[in-house]
Amino acid sequence: MDFSFLNQPAFSGGGVYLDWVISGLKWTLLVSILGWIIAFSVGSLLGILRTAPVAWLRVPATIYVELFRNVPLLVQMFIWYFVVPEIVPKAVGDWLKTQMPMPEFSNAVLCLGFYTASRVAEQVRSGIQSMPRGQTSAALAMGLTLPQTYRHVLLPMAYRIVIPPMTTEFLTIFKNSSVALTIGVLELTAQARQISEYTFRTFEIFTVATIIYALITLTVTFSMRWLENKTRVPGYVGGSSK
Amino acid sequence: MIEMKNVSKWYGKFQVLKNCTTRVDKGEVVVVCGPSGSGKSTLIKTVNALEPFQEGEITVEGISVGAPGTDLPKLRSRIGMVFQNFELFPHMKVVDNINLAQIKVLGRSKEEASAKSMSLLKRVGLDGHAQKHPGQLSGGQQQRVAIARGLAMDPIAMLFDEPTSALDPEMINEVLDVMTELAHEGMTMMVVTHEMGFASRVAHRVVFMDAGEIVEDAKKEDFFGKPRSERAQHFLSKILHH
Repeated sequence: MDFSFLNQPAFSGGGVYLDWVISGLKWTLLVSILGWIIAFSVGSLLGILRTAPVAWLRVPATIYVELFRNVPLLVQMFIWYFVVPEIVPKAVGDWLKTQMPMPEFSNAVLCLGFYTASRVAEQVRSGIQSMPRGQTSAALAMGLTLPQTYRHVLLPMAYRIVIPPMTTEFLTIFKNSSVALTIGVLELTAQARQISEYTFRTFEIFTVATIIYALITLTVTFSMRWLENKTRVPGYVGGSSK
Repeated sequence: MIEMKNVSKWYGKFQVLKNCTTRVDKGEVVVVCGPSGSGKSTLIKTVNALEPFQEGEITVEGISVGAPGTDLPKLRSRIGMVFQNFELFPHMKVVDNINLAQIKVLGRSKEEASAKSMSLLKRVGLDGHAQKHPGQLSGGQQQRVAIARGLAMDPIAMLFDEPTSALDPEMINEVLDVMTELAHEGMTMMVVTHEMGFASRVAHRVVFMDAGEIVEDAKKEDFFGKPRSERAQHFLSKILHH
């Protein structure tokens, strides 16, 4: 394998092909991390709502989750980019099509964020529901309100319990971010494809891309493991509070 | 202090509480006993509205538990409750478990709450364990912390729902000792328990339940000396024979 092409002047843009790779990495990280911020906050809210004692909070959250996690991500990407601007009121649609800054990027972030939110919601819900019911009873019995019970009793443990599956979702969003290339975001995979077309170094450039993805995901895995150890509860062995 | 009048509760078509009427006066210790599934735990949980009921009325110091306008968090904060599985919050240190509701519900300062918690921990013989997490304590120690947590709210009454049923035999006495001491100090207590020794030593009155009904509600001497109902006689003969 010969990686010297990375140092050759690129077809356009004035730099070398390595600059394309770095630019691709930048967009991959931006799409993924901004998408994760949406996914984690919206997903947490939805997950909490799915455990609410009243149906009018629970049902909309359930509908959201079932809708977003059952439509393929690729289809959702097209819907956000091509369909949403046509079905919202005309003024909004026109703004989306002509005024929105970096429309491909913004749509990719929104799509990935709201899709992953449905998966995060399920993790949060399962974390809350894995808590023994007596924990809620004990918190309410001492006079805490239900929101206080979530804030101080249920969520701190629920989030700890779901760190491992949450790591998987966090990893998946980096890998899913490559779907953004279908609507024209020049993230890592798109750049690799482009470089392959200009240099015919297909094998090498995808090797580079693979290594970069692996480095990102390994970093995430180890950070989450660090977080898991950092938040470990002394003496807690999981399951019920026996 | 606590008055129940004709309380009935159904799970769907199944009636778990049938016309239950009893009372706990100030400074009185009432033991609720009966075979498993007789509704004892459900009954005691209706007192602080952890279990809703469909018919009848319960008042705590004149305040109706079932009335729609009742400030339940406030009412509950005045009644301590101890559960079968302790239900300490695993992610909080022992002292923070006792502090939580003092700070969040009663509005005490952290210093004030901690001082109170430490004095209560001393009282239950666990002041050396304040900085540990619940998972690092034995079952008996956890239950004593749970009692301290209930007392920290300066309750007008304490409810105990099978406080020793999840304990290894050698730990039962340390918990019963704390409860006995509490009773001698004049605490109003309602105790669901199978510990007939405790009942005969400490209780003022015994309520015997079977199949959702209060079959016998008598002074301790009368209950153990000459139970009127056949069901209570049968229960006692089974439980006292060993």
